Amino acid sequence: MEKQVGILVDTTQCIGCMACEDACADRWGFPHTDVHELSCEKNTVVQQWGETYVPRLCMHCENPACASVCPVGALHKTAEGPVIYDVNKCIGCRYCMQSCPFQVPKYQWNKPNPKVTKCDMCFDRIEKGKQPACVEACPAQARIFGYRDELLQEADKRIKQNPQTYIQHIFGKTEVGGTSTVYLAGMDFAKLGFKTDLPKTALPQYTWNIMSKIPDYVLWGGTLMTGFWWLTNRKKQVAEYEERLKHGKSDGSSNENKR
Amino acid sequence: MNKNSFFLKIVDWFKHMTFWKSVFLVLVAAGIYSTVVRFVFGLGAATNLSDNFPWGLWIGFDVLCGVGLAAGGFVVAAAVYIFHLDDYKAIVRPAVLTAFLGYVLVIVALMFDLGRPWNIWHPLVMWNPHSVMFEVAWCVILYTAVLALEFSPMVFERFRMEKAGKIVHSIIVPLVILGVMLSTLHQSSLGSLYLITPEKTYPLWYSWNLPFFFFLSAVAVGPAMVTIESFLSSRAFQREIEMPILSRLGKVSAVALAVYLVLKIEDAINYNLFPYIFTFNLEGILYWAEIIVGVILPIVLLTIPKVRENKRGLFYSAILVVTGFVLNRMDVSVTALERHYGTNYFPSWMEISVTLMIVALGFAAFKLAAKNLAVFPKEAHAEAPAHAESYEVVVVEDEAQLRNISSFGMEAK
Repeated sequence: MEKQVGILVDTTQCIGCMACEDACADRWGFPHTDVHELSCEKNTVVQQWGETYVPRLCMHCENPACASVCPVGALHKTAEGPVIYDVNKCIGCRYCMQSCPFQVPKYQWNKPNPKVTKCDMCFDRIEKGKQPACVEACPAQARIFGYRDELLQEADKRIKQNPQTYIQHIFGKTEVGGTSTVYLAGMDFAKLGFKTDLPKTALPQYTWNIMSKIPDYVLWGGTLMTGFWWLTNRKKQVAEYEERLKHGKSDGSSNENKR
Repeated sequence: MNKNSFFLKIVDWFKHMTFWKSVFLVLVAAGIYSTVVRFVFGLGAATNLSDNFPWGLWIGFDVLCGVGLAAGGFVVAAAVYIFHLDDYKAIVRPAVLTAFLGYVLVIVALMFDLGRPWNIWHPLVMWNPHSVMFEVAWCVILYTAVLALEFSPMVFERFRMEKAGKIVHSIIVPLVILGVMLSTLHQSSLGSLYLITPEKTYPLWYSWNLPFFFFLSAVAVGPAMVTIESFLSSRAFQREIEMPILSRLGKVSAVALAVYLVLKIEDAINYNLFPYIFTFNLEGILYWAEIIVGVILPIVLLTIPKVRENKRGLFYSAILVVTGFVLNRMDVSVTALERHYGTNYFPSWMEISVTLMIVALGFAAFKLAAKNLAVFPKEAHAEAPAHAESYEVVVVEDEAQLRNISSFGMEAK
């Protein structure tokens, strides 16, 4: 399998200059605004939590809930790592938004032919050998683009070399089965607006446990139903035959012979 | 019928305005207004949905409740065609009609909720077998087709298309088996939709058992809906109510609810839900409301023969079952997620008006079908057991013919 790429976000390095937001807006053709919340016009934002600036973007899960729930496969995890969206397949059910543990996919609520919007890690740029726009724009190297395993090694190295600066946790290494966007922080992630109660299991596993039993069910259920039909049908036939026998005797006719 | 008389009928309809007709017209007018807003200006203009709350009334009520309330179709069809419980034959047609209309309306509601409804056919050609939604989509499409076929004999009889009726009848058993399996799958899968959000769902409503809860409550609510619909149509069409059949169906609800309750208790122990159950916040109160009003009370009432065999007793028990069911679906789809999203979603008046319009259209379609098609057996047949009659009249040549007569004859005449 090809090595997957990812983005390492070091929140201790971010200076809150918003260059990434601007670069992202330019790349998507979104307006430049001062609202620092993900929306259908913001695929990455920088949020301030106390003294710390926290860049947010799609986590590009290893086993993404959004891609697993999409009934038409409009979202999918590429071999390279980014999770991308194909508007031409989308039916607009918004199950991706419902299922995403990070509430990343957003919707064009006020358009008659709406799209889901989310970061695609600048997939087209990556394919051309370039870096994502936000990484390229970052003057503080708070976002680093590279192969995920190498990024994790780098993160480990930073934690070991500066144990005072960093807490001993790489967010995204194991959360929901691992993500391609991973974070370093100087304080507890819960204080930076991260969800820290996430399971280590990839979320699609929760549904697959049930979904994978469906073929079994169809086979057993179908057989059982047919069996019930046959049993009760036979019972009914016998009852009817006996009824006719009785009827025939009292009539004096010979209904039995007909059978 | 020529065009002129059809036109006259419509004029007639407006001339004899009644209270319910004017209610119907108001609901449809409001619904049409909201429909225009929804499709011209987008979901945001018509609904209170947002990035923080992507699924609302249309999914919670129109789809989750709609599909469940139509469950009477597969429960009664299974009883008649698979288990050969011939007594239920008198209600199989209204039940199938209700189910068919129910599913059509669910699809109509989906057309409102989907952001790109013109792509609704995509799951047919773009597959993702890992998606519960994909499975539900296929089941709903196939089951609606099955219901259309189960319903078709009523239309064929009306237009005297005997051959077509015979063809459908010859495949009715495999059709019903397929229908039961599809129903089991998607009724439960509507619950599985919420399995993927363990960290978002309020603990009272998250469970591995979600698919089983959804299936069991659908089995319980199906007969309750058939009962309510029988009562209403008996009033509308001055018919006798099939009390003995309906009160026996009531037992089905009681049994399904009892299993449901046991699973709920098991859940409370497995997930140690007691701290949540005994916290009387909004979630806690709604949880108790569902368990008491929609589960325990109906179980008690329906297991008392005096209540079950009494018209009012049975009717009110059925209302309780339906209330509990709707509470449950709204809790799973709305209440359970509100705390996590930190929003207080309440549907906009336009969302509500679309839902009301769809319900009103459902009532109208049922009435139209009941008036023009042989949905209900003729009164005389309701008194005498139908199967006994058909032996006496016809000399039976073979089993196929026998089956044909015993299931078709009484409804057709």
